[in-house]
Amino acid sequence: MDTKNIMIVGVGGQGSLLASKLLGNLFLSEGHDVKVSEVHGMSQRGGSVVTYVRYGDKVYSPVIDEGEADFIVSFEILEAARWLKYLKPDGHIVTSIQSIDPMPVITGAAKYPENLPDKLKAAGVNVDAMDCLALAKEAGSVKAVNVVLIGRLSHYFDIPEEEWIKVIKDTVPEKFVEMNIKAFELGRNFKE
Amino acid sequence: MKQLMLGNKAVARGLFEGGCSFVSSYPGTPSTEITEEAVAFDEIYCEWAPNEKVAMEAAFGASLAGKRSFCGMKHVGLNVAADPLFTMSYTGVNAGIIIGVADDPGMHSSQNEQDSRHYAVAAKVPMLEPADSAEALEFTKLAYELSEKFDTPVLMKMCTRIAHSRSVCQTSERVVPEVKAYEKNIGKYVMMPGNAKKRHPVIEERTKALREWAETSDINRIEWGGKEVGIITSSTSYQYVKEVFGEKVSVLKLGMVNPLPEKLIKDFAGKVDRLIVVEELDPVIENHCKVLGLKVEGKDILPVCGEFSQKLIAEKIGGEVHERKSLDEEIPVRPPIMCAGCPHRGIFYTLSKNKCVVLGDIGCYTLGAVAPLSAMDMTLCMGASVSGVHGFNKAMEGNTDYKTVGVLGDSTFMHSGMTGLADIAYNESDSTVIILDNSITGMTGHQQNPTTGYNIKGDPAGKIDLEALCKAMGIKRVTVVDPYDLKECDRILKEELAAPEPSVIIARRPCALLKFVKHNTPLTVNADKCTGCSACMKIGCPAISMKDGKSHVDRTLCVGCDVCKQMCAFDAFEREEKEG
Repeated sequence: MDTKNIMIVGVGGQGSLLASKLLGNLFLSEGHDVKVSEVHGMSQRGGSVVTYVRYGDKVYSPVIDEGEADFIVSFEILEAARWLKYLKPDGHIVTSIQSIDPMPVITGAAKYPENLPDKLKAAGVNVDAMDCLALAKEAGSVKAVNVVLIGRLSHYFDIPEEEWIKVIKDTVPEKFVEMNIKAFELGRNFKE
Repeated sequence: MKQLMLGNKAVARGLFEGGCSFVSSYPGTPSTEITEEAVAFDEIYCEWAPNEKVAMEAAFGASLAGKRSFCGMKHVGLNVAADPLFTMSYTGVNAGIIIGVADDPGMHSSQNEQDSRHYAVAAKVPMLEPADSAEALEFTKLAYELSEKFDTPVLMKMCTRIAHSRSVCQTSERVVPEVKAYEKNIGKYVMMPGNAKKRHPVIEERTKALREWAETSDINRIEWGGKEVGIITSSTSYQYVKEVFGEKVSVLKLGMVNPLPEKLIKDFAGKVDRLIVVEELDPVIENHCKVLGLKVEGKDILPVCGEFSQKLIAEKIGGEVHERKSLDEEIPVRPPIMCAGCPHRGIFYTLSKNKCVVLGDIGCYTLGAVAPLSAMDMTLCMGASVSGVHGFNKAMEGNTDYKTVGVLGDSTFMHSGMTGLADIAYNESDSTVIILDNSITGMTGHQQNPTTGYNIKGDPAGKIDLEALCKAMGIKRVTVVDPYDLKECDRILKEELAAPEPSVIIARRPCALLKFVKHNTPLTVNADKCTGCSACMKIGCPAISMKDGKSHVDRTLCVGCDVCKQMCAFDAFEREEKEG
């Protein structure tokens, strides 16, 4: 199979590491070659961060370039728009509608664009824009936003739901398994 | 078992399997996780050293004692450790030594983009360069064999994309070689002129022998494909080349980048129509080809600056460039910033308010340079804040128009700020140094250091008392202040700036991200009291923004540090009752 590309984007500190770990472990257990590329260090301090997940028969580059992503999973709506140029023309964005003002917006040097989900749709982009914070709260913790997003992403794959659940069980600490499975289901069954 | 492993963790695994017993490192992105992951193996003694030079010398001592050792650092750390490196090349080793060095092309988290391969060439030591985690693991084990076979320290070069990407690894058992008994050997290990003169020719012969080894080793391999284009490459560049061209081109993939083979490269060049070197940063391999008299392309078509990607390779050499979508919208940049509740914020606000000239340093607090605080005038390298403020003040010859301070963190002070303070104390400049003591090495992800009282495992350890240390070094004025207390920060700063003698201010409060730090309940803004004057916006807190002409606090970010509250003349910030 051709290499498939998933980008996980957000603001430093939002917890994209668990999402990439879950996906990496899942695709490895499905028998694929996998590469996951992360960001550590300075940009983690509230900056724009990106994680690349790639899988297929043989994966070479650890990164995803412009026009190559099959999916962009975004923790924050401005970040979904920022990384749009990395999406394939027929790619899909799964995003939280949460907005976090970057410093230039806070200081008044720039404006936070309005109605981004609508603008993305108007530009012909396939977008699932979800209130992930609310769904995560419903599941039991605002920290479960990552698994809500993964839940929605799972809906686009031919991998049985049990496999996703299994990898969640294997990856998160036992006391959080139930909450995370609930978050996964809420994301997976999301309807606009 | 097959598993996904971070490149740095794979090096740590390689250390374990390769029989390493001693690790001493200084943290630095993107190298830090090698040492953090090595801690998981009880068989390996691990420590954070005060700086890279100390780490390398400690690793050398362990090698003399007969145990395989490792020291890890980022590219600029190797500058600090260059002194022992160049002479360790002459002494060689007893048990094997690996020096892990991680470059940062693209400067994701660094102050420069230097290419560590020059050190391997200059110090005449072999350098291996893996292209994924599996190679990182295997090359680490191989590096110990080379180190002992050729009697040399071995440089293991990582880069951000290899260090911080996970790929599939196969692990195996640990094999520990017999401890090599320590034997006194003055001619080999005491590098005074008479002995060093005898060692230098040995090192030249060693390079010849290593080059011979490189000609036939399977870590330098040819992957034949189309012969119209032949590409010589290594590391992550190899992955981009394969991604774009697959079998369409022939590739000479180098796992050892110093010394470089000659016959192998000439043979490869002779069998392809067009020879291109694809390497990030400087033209090290390309220049080697030119010395061999080969017609080669490289930096004439590819950039020296920044990191590569598959798109860049496709654009510059010829390959498929993908179509992409865009949005007709200005997307504001999102630079890294000081976290909400960061204890550095109060100090940088105070410095900004007092219009100080701030000689800065390397750490999270370099973000004090970012608007709206913009409270930094210089950042050069570890420790330069202290020596820099001394030189600035001496050159100003008592001109009081500039209120100068040197600002650095606790770990950076231990790393190389102390020697600068010795200069201030000894040569008597009226300099003020602020040590931002947040009880941790922050930027690299929370590593312990000699001032925190804990070792790399989190167990209690020796603790250096900063106040006593500064006083012992001859600084009479040493004050401690809580950086959350803006009034007190302002008072003490003014007092110390006015004092006609050297002084140290220790701004002490633990990093807000540390797990043991208890946070206050978040603040809210009383909209009736808020006049929208935006005085609170001057501290640059990510939790505060203006919404409909009033200040607004993001409850998910606020940790209740109350610095904003002290900015407000209208008492508009209020504390919510603690939730059930």
